[in-house]
Amino acid sequence: MNIKWAALAETAGVSLFVTLAVVAVFALGNLALSRREAAVAAGTGRGVPALVAAGVCFAACAAVVLYGISLIAAK
Amino acid sequence: MEHITFLVAVVIITALAFDFTNGFHDTANAMATSIATGALKPKVAVAIAAVLNFAGAFLSVKVATTISGGLVNEKAGLQPSIIFAALVGAILWNLLTWLKGLPSSSSHALYGGLIGATVVGVGLHGVNFSTVVSKILIPAVASPIIAGVASWGATKLAYLITRGAPKEGTEKGFRRGQVFSSSLISLAHGTNDAQKTMGIITLTLISAGALHKGDGPPVWVIVSAGLAIALGTYMGGWRIIRSMGSGLADIKPPQGFSSETAAATVILTSSHMGYGLSTTQVCSGGIMGAGLGGPSGKLRWGMVRRMAYTWGLTLPAAAVVSGLAALVADRGDWGVALVGLALVLGAGAMWLISRRQPVHADNVTAADAAPVTVELPAPAAPTTLAA
Repeated sequence: MNIKWAALAETAGVSLFVTLAVVAVFALGNLALSRREAAVAAGTGRGVPALVAAGVCFAACAAVVLYGISLIAAK
Repeated sequence: MEHITFLVAVVIITALAFDFTNGFHDTANAMATSIATGALKPKVAVAIAAVLNFAGAFLSVKVATTISGGLVNEKAGLQPSIIFAALVGAILWNLLTWLKGLPSSSSHALYGGLIGATVVGVGLHGVNFSTVVSKILIPAVASPIIAGVASWGATKLAYLITRGAPKEGTEKGFRRGQVFSSSLISLAHGTNDAQKTMGIITLTLISAGALHKGDGPPVWVIVSAGLAIALGTYMGGWRIIRSMGSGLADIKPPQGFSSETAAATVILTSSHMGYGLSTTQVCSGGIMGAGLGGPSGKLRWGMVRRMAYTWGLTLPAAAVVSGLAALVADRGDWGVALVGLALVLGAGAMWLISRRQPVHADNVTAADAAPVTVELPAPAAPTTLAA
């Protein structure tokens, strides 16, 4: 019987890393967005930097999703 | 040829019926947490899942040339009657677990059915048991744990990062994210599972001489397999959606997003690495991790235990039913007809029982609803234990 433990460990490691990275980046985008809303509400500015930061975060998540779809389609 | 034609027609219809149960059994995987957190309205959620499952059937260009992934020796004798018996066992097990509101793996039911029918129809040598261990049993144990750990960590991170921000705003964001993460799961599901049915029908047509060896599935096979799974998905296995969405833990948007992201990642990574694993088990594992990682850290262990038992039982139970079906179906046309009749009666009976305690789009998220417990001794209150 041939069980590829290395491949199994790799799958586990990659899954863990990608999940944590995507959720962390998405949460940061979420945080940036709420900072912007707070800034706008307080009238202390238009919160442009926060909006840009949120945009970058969500774009990164979208890129991962597109890569995921390309993985399904390429099989 | 008469004999083959009758059997082939029966196999194709049964394969599409299995595809349908596969669809409504697995709607919950992608959509349960999105429905539970209110990210999507129940009917909108199942509509999105149905469309994406249908789209997923067309997405992959890889033809399903093998339905069992080497579990059974297909050259030794994967006769239409054995495939038929395998499908019967898989469908009946899918319906029984749906009746009890338990998410179980449709793939494992199909594999179990194939193994059972092959052992009876061909003999023990027809099954590659080492492949069963390395391709099914080990991923079955490992994948929900990996998804659970990833989801637990992601949930902790999500709460940690957004702890300073007002909850309403970030929850709205996570809900929007859930729309995407659950859609990705639906798409991946359509690609994987509709392919299985296409593979079954194609191989049956080849064995009957209607297609040449090595031919891909004809367009009508792709369309009908896609339609069957989409229709099943749209029916929404509400009983299972309720168990997964609110039976395991109280899921809030950050948890739902984390568990769906973990599940989508594990599914895509492992199918890329060549592991055929169960979407159902991965998604349930993700939800358990998210429940433990959430602010309350609570999980309904009673439901966890019932799910774990069901996972362990799925393969052997489907194997036993299919083995019996193979015994009868092997006798000829009357045997096939008898098994077909038993399937229709069994499915009808379970549908009738389900009407006694219906779960549908309008009561699926009802707060006071206990997890579905048909015929099982219902605990007075869900046993909630701190982790």
